[in-house]
Amino acid sequence: MRRLALILCFLASPVFGVEPDEVLDDPALEERARAISAEVRCVVCQNEPIDSSNAGVARDLRLIIRERLVAGDSDQEVFDFLVARYGDFVLFNPPWKPSTYALWLGPFVILFGGFAAVAVALSRKRGAVTEGLSAEEQARLDALRKKT
Amino acid sequence: MNRLFFALPLVVAAIIGAFALWGLSNGRDPGAIPSALISQPVPEFTLDPIEGVPTPGLATADLKGQGLTLVNVFASWCGPCRAEHPVLTRMSEQQGLRLVGINYKDRPEAAADWLEELGNPYALIGADFTGRAGIEWGVTGVPETFIVNNAGIVVHRFPGPVVGDGQRRFQQALDTAKAAQ
Repeated sequence: MRRLALILCFLASPVFGVEPDEVLDDPALEERARAISAEVRCVVCQNEPIDSSNAGVARDLRLIIRERLVAGDSDQEVFDFLVARYGDFVLFNPPWKPSTYALWLGPFVILFGGFAAVAVALSRKRGAVTEGLSAEEQARLDALRKKT
Repeated sequence: MNRLFFALPLVVAAIIGAFALWGLSNGRDPGAIPSALISQPVPEFTLDPIEGVPTPGLATADLKGQGLTLVNVFASWCGPCRAEHPVLTRMSEQQGLRLVGINYKDRPEAAADWLEELGNPYALIGADFTGRAGIEWGVTGVPETFIVNNAGIVVHRFPGPVVGDGQRRFQQALDTAKAAQ
């Protein structure tokens, strides 16, 4: 019984959006189509790539991607086709352009900002230990000593 | 200087907090997809009329030089379309707007019955049985309504039914488009 349950679990796990009738005969083209559709966001169920989505529009887009590949489009041309209709929103990988500079560079700016802050804090600490007293402080100390 | 330095974490926290507040604020829909079509000419498409419906079909050329036009993507199987149907009908009648339809992935008989039952406010209707024209328009689901200006440029995309608060927002976009004409 447990074994049966296990087998059923394994049978149930690989759920793909791609349906058998969509698959291309040419394995190389099919592989490219799969790679592209894994990078394209489904516009209905938004956090899912169209590759694994069951939405009607996702299926239409998968078919269009395959059609365009068969017609001889490059991967980039297929992406451009989709972006022209649905905007950058459909790409899981945001493109590198002025409006996304902050997105791409932000994490590095914060990281190096953190490094800089730590470096400054450490050098101050070390400086404080080795510097000793300033002339003014020495004078005050001497004055206090004379009093006692 | 030193005292300012101590305020730095507070400033950083305030910036992050403001960003989070903006992200959570009312009226901001993170699922909203900015349309790639805005300020672009109407996409190339040609659609035949719905079989059994006398209204002529719809193509790119029908949307140029015809004044402000509403392009409504609808289907008989879509509940919200039924809800917005009287609103769009009234809008187009009262404001003298040209309303055209794209019948999205629908059976012709079902679409014909639907129009028979609810009335047909559309000047032209294209039957998009495969949903290909819908993809040219960047449609993510029905209903969806576009405002196209006299030059055949898409000026607004409205996803979802034009009812209630949606109707108010749609009317705002429409007024802006009218003012720009």
